[in-house]
Amino acid sequence: MFPKGVQGILDRYPNAGRDQLIPILQEVQDSMGYLSKGAVVAIGKALNLPASKIYGVATFYNQFRFEPLGKNHVQVCRGTACHVKGSGTVLEAMEKELGIEAGQTSRDGNFSIEVVACIGACGLAPVIAINGEFHAKVTTDQISGLLAEYRETEEQA
Amino acid sequence: MSTSITINVNGRDIEARKGEMIIKALERDGIHVPTLCYMKDLAPTGACRMCVVEIEGQRTLAPSCAFPVAEGMVIQTHSPRVKMARKTIIELLLADHPDDCLYCERSGQCQLQTLAIEYDVRQRRVMGSKSHCGMDFSSPSLVRDPDKCILCGKCVRICEEVQHVSAIDFTKRGSESLISTTFDQGLNISSCINCGQCITVCPTGALREKRSIREVAEALNDPEMTVVVQHAPAVSVALGEEFGMKQGTDVVGVMHTAFRRLGFDNVFSTSFTADLTIMEEATELVQRVTGGGALPMFTSCSPGWVKFVEQYHPDFLKNISTCKSPQQMMGAVIKTYFAEKNKIDPAKIFSVSVMPCTAKKFEITRPGMGRDGVRDVDAVLTTRELAKMIRAAGLDLSKLEPTPADTPFGNRSTAGKLFGASGGVMEAALRTGYFLITGNELEDLKFEAVRGLDGIKEAKIPITDDLTIGVAVASSLANAQTLIEQIRNGRDDLHFIEVMTCPGGCVNGGGQPFYQDEDAVRNRMGALYKIDMEGDIRCSHQNPAIQELYAEYLGEPCGHKSHEILHTHYTKRETTI
Repeated sequence: MFPKGVQGILDRYPNAGRDQLIPILQEVQDSMGYLSKGAVVAIGKALNLPASKIYGVATFYNQFRFEPLGKNHVQVCRGTACHVKGSGTVLEAMEKELGIEAGQTSRDGNFSIEVVACIGACGLAPVIAINGEFHAKVTTDQISGLLAEYRETEEQA
Repeated sequence: MSTSITINVNGRDIEARKGEMIIKALERDGIHVPTLCYMKDLAPTGACRMCVVEIEGQRTLAPSCAFPVAEGMVIQTHSPRVKMARKTIIELLLADHPDDCLYCERSGQCQLQTLAIEYDVRQRRVMGSKSHCGMDFSSPSLVRDPDKCILCGKCVRICEEVQHVSAIDFTKRGSESLISTTFDQGLNISSCINCGQCITVCPTGALREKRSIREVAEALNDPEMTVVVQHAPAVSVALGEEFGMKQGTDVVGVMHTAFRRLGFDNVFSTSFTADLTIMEEATELVQRVTGGGALPMFTSCSPGWVKFVEQYHPDFLKNISTCKSPQQMMGAVIKTYFAEKNKIDPAKIFSVSVMPCTAKKFEITRPGMGRDGVRDVDAVLTTRELAKMIRAAGLDLSKLEPTPADTPFGNRSTAGKLFGASGGVMEAALRTGYFLITGNELEDLKFEAVRGLDGIKEAKIPITDDLTIGVAVASSLANAQTLIEQIRNGRDDLHFIEVMTCPGGCVNGGGQPFYQDEDAVRNRMGALYKIDMEGDIRCSHQNPAIQELYAEYLGEPCGHKSHEILHTHYTKRETTI
């Protein structure tokens, strides 16, 4: 009835209360890549909490997402150094290029964007990571080409 | 040990009770501090900061709703510093508020607007970026406009703590904070039970009922339509408040006149079908008690409660009376018996009901509430909407001559009128149930134990020497939930349970005039009991119009014809809970 992976995780938290909510959400996201509607409802049933409450807690934190990851996952660093170096416009350009907002996944499932606080590469600011590969000192006019590379790799594969 | 202490407020000593919050002591002394998020009977959140006061020795201002009193405390409630702080808060709340007061549903009854006037906010000093969340029109009962929300959280709390539903909660964070449903879905597919209690506590226009005035006006202007109106018991004792009358004034007579002036062809009283409900429901109860059937039996007149059971406790669906609510029974007899008798095509009847309730707007859309593609009730107006229509038609309630409702569905017993108060259905059912079982009339019609504003009221009623009926009355769904849990844990001394979704019953419904404090609810309730005290016919089974309806059309209570038009069924509901 519930998504299988979720139930498996919930089974490992018998008698869990609301104080276990965040670790459970993290574990579910780690295993499924995002928090699906079914997962939120299932967690609510298990913890005896209304689904609205769980959604409320999960949306409070940047770390949770509610759409499956794209084939290529873009992380845009919005830490202090990157911010000073213009990561705001980089994110904006990325969102415009892909037609989605941070936290969303493009309709074809190819790309998803995530905003991260700091990925510890301040010397390379502004920095983005696509599928874990770092791209340093990104400018807005590079973005289109950068994304095209990943799109092509996808097509060749 | 004395629990009384003395605090000094604005240079005057006043008494306070140990452990209470400052605001309680101020209230008792008649000192009013403004609030936006304060809810009397619920734990304080201190979210809005409007109620701040200056306490001697404290560095910062303290929220009086969340700060306990202490012996010798010296407080200033309206010092320049306090007033300046409050004004700034209002200015900040207005910074991202849409500037459309002229077009706002709540204009004139908006607490934010009132405070802005009181604190003389006369220019926009702070300009914030406006949010554009879009409105949620998906629910048949409610409309959400998050752009007007000031995040006081009252709707969230009443939904969770009073109604045990939690359809909405705070989502996101900081300037993006938003009150929303799970996954921002429409309210229609959320666990919302349409009770509208959130509307009554909302200080702004962020929540309102879905209006039906337009469709009613269109029908009234259509010469081919016979437009019939019914009004619920709790409407006539609250409508007057919208026109500045004293709380608890019964305006039923002038309201009938107003209906006729508005152009309604027939004016009926839902209290008549409340009598009919009692005949059916009491018979059903007697059948279940004597013939075996799911017990305890729950009432079914409150549509919010019915949806609550459908989504949270489907295993209790067999315990809910199969009787339609009085509104739906009236709709059904209008489109069958009344239509046949007056030779009108049911499709040419537009049936309007005026209700203290927003969930009734949802109830008319339920499957099984009509026949041959014709709905039993076509539109529901809340008490507030009726007041708007009366005002828009230029009618002065204080100058109208009272008139009676039309026959036959305007004749009610006073038992039917009691449906508007928590415990009223129970009392009416006991009067008739006693008669049905014993064949005798009760000597004392008053059941004190089921009256009043307590959340759960219980009584053991001896009927015959071997039969004592255990009854309980719950108002608010959190209280109903408590009873359900007790029953699930094996409690078996109850036969009949009345559940009203709204605390205090329909007099405190989601469609009633705004600012219903406990006094308003008590006064409206008192008005209903006064009507009952002074009535000639005080039991549903004694209502001659009911007897005639059975003799002429329905046959007997719970008979074949009744089952066809007056009863319904419930099904498990899949919602995001």
